[in-house]
Amino acid sequence: MAEANDLVQAFDNKIHAEEKIEPKDWMPAGYRKNLIRQMSQHAHSEVIGMQPEGNWLTRAPTLERKSVLLAKIQDEAGHGLYLYSATETLGITREEIVQALHDGHAKYASIFNYPSLTWADIGTIGWIVDGAAIVNQVALQRTSYGPYARAMVRICKEESFHQRQGYESVAVLARGSAQQKAMAQDALNRWWWPALMMFGPHDADSAHSAQSMLWKIKRKSNDELRQSFVDQTVPQAEIIGLEIPDPDLKWNEQRQHYDFGEIDWDEFKQVINGNGLCNRERLAQHKQAHANGAWVRAAVAAYVKGKTGESGE
Amino acid sequence: MGDEKLNNQIAEYALRLGDDALVFGQRLCEWCADAPTLEEDIAISNVGLDYLGRARMALQYAGKTLGRTEDELAFLRDSGEFRNLLLVELPRGDFAFSMVRQYLLDEFELLFFAQLCKSKDDTLGAIAAKTVKEVRYHQRRSANWMQRLGLGTQESQARTQAAIDQLWGYMPELFEMDELEASLLQAGIAVDRVELHSKWLDIVSAQFASANLQVPESDWQVVGGRKGVHTEHLGHMLGEMQFLQRAYPGLEW
Repeated sequence: MAEANDLVQAFDNKIHAEEKIEPKDWMPAGYRKNLIRQMSQHAHSEVIGMQPEGNWLTRAPTLERKSVLLAKIQDEAGHGLYLYSATETLGITREEIVQALHDGHAKYASIFNYPSLTWADIGTIGWIVDGAAIVNQVALQRTSYGPYARAMVRICKEESFHQRQGYESVAVLARGSAQQKAMAQDALNRWWWPALMMFGPHDADSAHSAQSMLWKIKRKSNDELRQSFVDQTVPQAEIIGLEIPDPDLKWNEQRQHYDFGEIDWDEFKQVINGNGLCNRERLAQHKQAHANGAWVRAAVAAYVKGKTGESGE
Repeated sequence: MGDEKLNNQIAEYALRLGDDALVFGQRLCEWCADAPTLEEDIAISNVGLDYLGRARMALQYAGKTLGRTEDELAFLRDSGEFRNLLLVELPRGDFAFSMVRQYLLDEFELLFFAQLCKSKDDTLGAIAAKTVKEVRYHQRRSANWMQRLGLGTQESQARTQAAIDQLWGYMPELFEMDELEASLLQAGIAVDRVELHSKWLDIVSAQFASANLQVPESDWQVVGGRKGVHTEHLGHMLGEMQFLQRAYPGLEW
C-alpha cells in the first residue's frame, strides 16, 4: 500500500514540477485511459480528415494546387501515423485503436462530418479548420505526456504551414471573380460555426475537462482556446474582405477580445450523434478501405512468415 | 532540319512525357484515403507527387514552344489531344492492378530515363536526371510488392497474376517508335524505345519468376495514345480533372 502511495506521489510530483510523463513511468489507470481516448481521437481525426480534402484532389483547379493539396493530405496521413504510434506507447495496439473507431467507441473530430462542397472549402478547411486545430495543438505542446507533447511540436509546424496555404488559397478566391468570391464567402459561412464547435462544449459542460486540466493533459480550457481562435481569425477575414457569419460579433474594448454569438449546441449534438451529412459515409469509407486491403495485409503477413520460416530452418 | 521544326518536335516529345506523368499522377490521386494501410497511403502520395512534379516540368517545357501554360495544357485539351500511353489511363483497379502497373512502368522508366539523361536537349536531360533518382525509389518499392504479393497468399498471387494478364497487352506501346521519335533519336535527343525492350523483358521475367508469377504468352496488344486515340476511360478522367477550369474559365485559382 505504501508502495502504491509512493507511485501516486511520484506521479503527482512530476505533474506539479512540469516534468513529462514517459511511457515507462507509472501512471494512474484513469490518466492512461484519458490519454488513449484523446490521442486516438486526435489520430482518427487526422485520418478521417483526409476524406473531405481528398474529395477535391482529383478536381483541383491547377497542377500546383493539386500538388500542394496532395502533399497536405500526405502530411495529415503522416500525423495520423505519428499519433497512432504515440498512442501505442500507452499499451494498446494500432489494430485495437482502429477497431474502436470502427465499433463507434472512438470518435474523430465531428467537423469532418460536414461535406466539402466546392473548391473554396479546401482553402477554408486549411485556414479555419487547421487554424482552429493549431490553437488547440499549440497548447498541447505543453501537455504532460511526453510522446504526445513531442508529436504536437512536430505536427504544429506542418499545420501552421497548411493554415497559411489555406488562407492564401481563400485570399485568391476572395479577390477573384464575383463567383469565386461568393464561393469563398459561402465556404466560410458553412465552416465558421463548426470550427468554433471544434473546441468542444463550454467549460462547465465539458465531461473530461476538469480532470484533464488537473493532470495537465489539457493546458487551456475550451472557452479560452475558442476565444483565441476568434481573436486571431476575425482580422484575417477582414483583410481579405470576407464576412464572419455572426451578427453578434464585435470587438469588446474592455475585455480586449471579440464578443461573439452563441453556438447552436443543438446542431453540435445532432452532428456528434450521427446526424451530420457525412457521418455514415466517412466511417463506411474507412471500413471499406480497410476491408478492401485485408487481402493485401494478409499477403504481407504470409510473406514475412514464409521468409522468417525459411531463414529459421 | 530547321530550328523551328526541331523545337516543335521537342515540344511534342515533352508533351508525351508530360501527359504520361500527369495522367498517371491523376490515377494515383484516386488512392487517397483508400489504400490497404496508412503507410501505403503515404507511399502512394509520395509517388504521385513525383509524377505531378514531372508532369509540370515537362508540360512547362512543351508549353514554352506551344505558347500555352502547364494548366492550359492539362485542363483545356480534350482527350483526342492527349498524347499519353494507354497504360497510364486505365482505371486504377485493385491494389494488385495498381501495383503491377507501377512495377511494369518503373522498370521501363528506369531504363528509359537513364538513356534520356544523355539527351542533347539540356532540359529533357535535366528532367530525366531528376526522374531517374525518383524512379529508383519507386522501383524498389514496386519490386518488393511483386515479391510480397506473388509469394504471399493464394489470393494475392491470383490477383497479381490476373493483373499482369490484363496489363500485358498495353506494354508494347511503351516500346513503339514513330516518325517523330525516330527523327529526334537521329538528332541525339530522344531515346530508342525499341532497344529497351529485350532488357526490360529480361528484368521483368526474372522478377516474376522469383515471385511465382508468369509472363503471359498471349500476344495481344493495344496502341493509340500517342496519336490521341484513347480508351473510353480518359474522357471520364478529364471530365473530373478539368471540371473547375471548364465551369469557370479564365480565372486565377
